[in-house]
Amino acid sequence: MMTTLVARRVARVSPARVGAVIGRNVGALRSGPAYWIVLVSGFFEPLLYLLSIGVGVGALVGDLTVAGRTMSYAAFVAPAMLAVSAMSGALSETTFNVFFKLKYMKTYEAVLATPVRPVEIAFGELVWATVRGSLYTGIFLGIMVALGLATVGGALAAFPATVLVSLAFGAVGLAISTLMRGWQDFDLMTTGQFALFLFSGTFSPVQNYPVWMEVLIQVTPLYHAVELVRGLCLSTYEPGLAGHAAYLIAMVTAGLWFAARRMEKLLCR
Amino acid sequence: MSWHVAEQPLIFARDLVKRFGDFTAVKGIDVEVAPGEAFGFLGPNGAGKSSTMRMISCVSAPTSGELRILGMDPVRDGTRIRARLGVCPQLDNLDPDLSVRENLTTYARYFGLSRAEGRRRADELLEFVQLSDRAGSMVEPLSGGMKRRLTIARAMINEPDIVLLDEPTTGLDPQARHLLWERLFRLKQRGTTLVLTTHYMDEAEQLCDRLVVMDGGKIVAEGSPRSLIETYSTAEVVELRFPDGLDSNADYAAKLDGIGERVDPLPDRVLLYADDGDAAVAAVHGRGLVPSSVLVRRATLEDVFLHLTGRTLVD
Amino acid sequence: MAMGTVHPSIAVLERHLTLYRRLWRASVFSSFVLPVLFVISMGMGVGGYIGSVQGVDYLSWIVPGVVASTAFQMAVGESTYSVLGDFKWVRAYHAMRATPVRPDDIVTGHLLYLLFRVTTAVLAFLLVVLFFDALHSPWAVTIPLVCALLTVATAAPVMAFAASIEHDSHFALLFRFVMIPAALFSGVFFPIEQLPALVRPVAYVSPLWHSVELCRSATLGIAPPWPIAAHVGCLLLWALAGTAMAAYRFRRRLED
Repeated sequence: MMTTLVARRVARVSPARVGAVIGRNVGALRSGPAYWIVLVSGFFEPLLYLLSIGVGVGALVGDLTVAGRTMSYAAFVAPAMLAVSAMSGALSETTFNVFFKLKYMKTYEAVLATPVRPVEIAFGELVWATVRGSLYTGIFLGIMVALGLATVGGALAAFPATVLVSLAFGAVGLAISTLMRGWQDFDLMTTGQFALFLFSGTFSPVQNYPVWMEVLIQVTPLYHAVELVRGLCLSTYEPGLAGHAAYLIAMVTAGLWFAARRMEKLLCR
Repeated sequence: MSWHVAEQPLIFARDLVKRFGDFTAVKGIDVEVAPGEAFGFLGPNGAGKSSTMRMISCVSAPTSGELRILGMDPVRDGTRIRARLGVCPQLDNLDPDLSVRENLTTYARYFGLSRAEGRRRADELLEFVQLSDRAGSMVEPLSGGMKRRLTIARAMINEPDIVLLDEPTTGLDPQARHLLWERLFRLKQRGTTLVLTTHYMDEAEQLCDRLVVMDGGKIVAEGSPRSLIETYSTAEVVELRFPDGLDSNADYAAKLDGIGERVDPLPDRVLLYADDGDAAVAAVHGRGLVPSSVLVRRATLEDVFLHLTGRTLVD
Repeated sequence: MAMGTVHPSIAVLERHLTLYRRLWRASVFSSFVLPVLFVISMGMGVGGYIGSVQGVDYLSWIVPGVVASTAFQMAVGESTYSVLGDFKWVRAYHAMRATPVRPDDIVTGHLLYLLFRVTTAVLAFLLVVLFFDALHSPWAVTIPLVCALLTVATAAPVMAFAASIEHDSHFALLFRFVMIPAALFSGVFFPIEQLPALVRPVAYVSPLWHSVELCRSATLGIAPPWPIAAHVGCLLLWALAGTAMAAYRFRRRLED
């Protein structure tokens, strides 16, 4: 009892309590086979896109030359789909599920009746989202290696980058879910997510678009994720990669800071 | 009494049975409801009230027996019958994304009413259920009582011959209940036939001209609230509490034997059924017993209900 | 009694339209903007690396595919959560059931609403791609009809599915394992002749593939791979069987 009181006063994130938040998510997995299948099969969509666009349309495209390097179209698209699977895995956890818990299940109000603090909830959800995103990218990288779209070395180098991508989008997703007013807002978010998916250098190099569009794309987050992951997958190390990584790290920090503040406001009124 | 006059009954059921697989929810009941009557199905949960109501509202087909609503066969003429019924279900199913008024005008269209007529009736009914000032608001922020009133207004949009109310005041606070009763009473005065289910005795006494008590899928008693009390209870009931009660109420009951018509020991008090309560109290004192509290009251349907369906009220 | 001035299924349609009047803003992006973005990204972006397919530029080739795919995805999307919700949470269907509206009318009313939604989206899309010079034949005017048929062929079986499940997580599976694969491998982005011979018959079953081929033959003014009657027949089969299934499922669920 005494220790809890003391711990409450210490403005420090407790790994044990963050763990408790994650543990609740793991426990929720037992809620039914359908949820399990949905969760585990998260890599499925990017894989289908890879097969449809990368391989199917790739047969129409032939080989692609980007920045002096020639590669198959599938090899160009695959790292982008990898980044997308990290993004959508982390986002769906921190937006849909967190919003549902915030607004309808009142999970957090129950959690906050215990010593767990809002920032720890944010951390817990983010770690869980990152685990989910990384699970997908791990599987996806395995498939890429099997299909000959990445070397083992490239895959090993890219994996930590995909963890960073999950963290970045997970943190931003947390921030977004604290701003959501209702389910209609998700339509907007999904649309935004899909627009990113279409234009972030995923299916064709951004240099092909008009300059204003190219600049616009370079401001948006998925572009940096795709460029970073693609560079590491294809082992084209260049200084630009550090810039992309810095962008993603800034997303993690800003998203988490904002989300914790908003949660504090929403939950501790 | 007027409802015995041989007018064709609006609802006529003979040996009505409803089975769900192995479970028989309604075990052969006979019911007749006359025009203008307020008729109640009273009973604990699981007595078969709701299954009966669903058959009457032509949503679920009887397993066997005869059922005529408005002189028609609910299986063959379900659509035509439903056009003349108003249904207020136990679970609110208002459209939460429509406004209060739109809920009524949309519903009016299901009955084939013209848009103008739907709007006219909607405004009139909102007035009747005292929701005119909320006409434009959404359904979600309304209180439980308001939602129920809106559902009743919706059930009346087609100027029905019979209004069916499944537990109309369950879950409402006392003020909301009284307001609802008052509105339903007005409906009754207008000559609308009401059929309702309830497990509240006071509600049945307030609203029903006649009622049946259901238990275990069967009708165990039938009559007006007054006649049921006369048949199954004494005119008055004395509630006695003893200072050392609780464990020894059964002993006290034995000592009270012979006073009044019946003695019923409850965990917290002893009920004494007698036509003259004061005389019974005098007799209690005469035996040298000193209760810590004495209450003489008129017998209610609750006494009938508990007598007929047993003390183990499943709620 | 004033009866019969409006058919019950029209009354159901009106309810959906009244709801849509409140919610349409949220759907503008997904129904109107996304399909255009898709054409820009794939047609112009990726198309820049593709010479020509079946004698036309890639953008012109995928436009009819994207329009059919949009109709398909709207038909699926609008027949899932909202249908289950009206059974389970809103219980609007139970409210309708207490009136002269029959389960068949509820199904018909919903399909009419979807036809309205899909047709407006298809017309808006066709108007936009007109400016991309992607319509090469006057037969393109038949596209709204093809998409209307596709809507019923797709929405009806999905409604039957929605009426027979208890938990909404099944929809996530439907999207992931049926809708998205169908959208990606029904000849929208590349000819299905490129599919492995083993997988190709799956595309032949998909109502989307038949619509894509009909739409493509309409915008390009070429003959579809199968006789038109065969494509239309497959779509009709889906539509009729699906509607019968949906009506049956709705009756069953509202009966209990």
